[in-house]
Amino acid sequence: MSLFAACKPMTRTEMAARVARDIPEGWYVNLGIGAPLQIADHVPTEREVIFHSENGVLGMGPAPAPDEIDRWLINAGKQYVTLRTGGSYMHHTDSFALIRGGHLDLCVLGAFQVAENGDIANWSISDNDTAPAVGGAMDLAAGARQLWVLMEHQTKSGESRLVRRCTYPLTAIGAVKRVYTNLAVLDITDDGFAVRDMVPGLTLEALQKVTDAPLRMAER
Amino acid sequence: MIDKIVHSMAEAMAGIRDGSVVLLGGFGSIGQPNALIEGLIEQGAKDLTIVSNNAGTGRTGLARLLELGRVRKIICSYPRSAGSVVFEEVYRAGKIELEIVPQGTMSERMRAAGAGIPAFYTATAVGTKLAAGKEEREIGSRRYLLEEALPGDVALIEAWEADRWGNLTYRSSARNFNPVMAAAANLTIAQAQHIVELGVLDPEKIATPGIYVNRVMHVPYGEPTVT
Repeated sequence: MSLFAACKPMTRTEMAARVARDIPEGWYVNLGIGAPLQIADHVPTEREVIFHSENGVLGMGPAPAPDEIDRWLINAGKQYVTLRTGGSYMHHTDSFALIRGGHLDLCVLGAFQVAENGDIANWSISDNDTAPAVGGAMDLAAGARQLWVLMEHQTKSGESRLVRRCTYPLTAIGAVKRVYTNLAVLDITDDGFAVRDMVPGLTLEALQKVTDAPLRMAER
Repeated sequence: MIDKIVHSMAEAMAGIRDGSVVLLGGFGSIGQPNALIEGLIEQGAKDLTIVSNNAGTGRTGLARLLELGRVRKIICSYPRSAGSVVFEEVYRAGKIELEIVPQGTMSERMRAAGAGIPAFYTATAVGTKLAAGKEEREIGSRRYLLEEALPGDVALIEAWEADRWGNLTYRSSARNFNPVMAAAANLTIAQAQHIVELGVLDPEKIATPGIYVNRVMHVPYGEPTVT
């Protein structure tokens, strides 16, 4: 990792905060279970971003204080949440109709791999999965107006998660518009990955060495 | 006088046959009709096809039904979760057929069934392995899959309040799959925390009108636990 001697990869919390910075007021946003859920903690309440949870909650707020839990109110990750003033409930089919109908401005999902053509693999790592579970990932990936991915740049064993073509089972084709990793922010363009932003001290050359897919700087 | 309130579990479960397609409401344990699932275990119907977002946790409820070998097939979006041990056992042992369906497609297939629509096109799952064997069609410049309606013989659902006509309200996120399942089944059986006199429910707040509901059982169990 001498390549990174000059830079410090972002922590999970810093990554979530980095995504939050780019979400403007007024957007309706679904955050995937796992790391993306943390993004909500970094959007200041005075910036009105409306969070959707696919189990039928629009206007989801943060976790409740222990003595204020509504036992019937959970998010898609089955954690207790709150409803913000102005929030509403709907049944599952309406909840997915608003996803499928292109009403969400943004969905942020975690992923195992993202390919330079915008393909995403995030639900299964093998065709022989003992109990595959897709949940709402395919609906969200295909339905939201924009799909961003939040993930580590490499696997624990050092393989690039940004690839030319996904090798894991796909969640959706050509869906991802932007990727936030612990090293960089990259747009997916007709010509593949374009780097918008990197952690301080990192060079495009160093980033390319840990990335399978070819990279170029985004046009400013 | 219409009175859909039943007073015993035997009455609630009467007529559920072997081989039925049973829709089970709930997202995890929230909005899940636990008492009715226990009733189904007791009732004895077997060779069932279960439609449920999750595949049960622990050793009770749906997990128990699976463990007893009463379920031939499960249609599900997210069978794997903390505690889904029984499902994983029976699935690995080849004792159950699994149809994985994206969550929104699953709920829309049931909506279609309840609304008299035999099939619909959706972009969800295009280009993935869940598209295998499905008709694909390009409309405009986008690819879509044809998904067929998913009707139930029976729906077991949970509501917050109910009246004798079968009008139902729900409590916050416990609404989830319950209204769509109520409309998608031939025989819809609801358990409700509260039974109220006809006319008490605000017509503006009735989420499932009684036309979709056949039987209501009063099950004031208190607060759910997340599993």
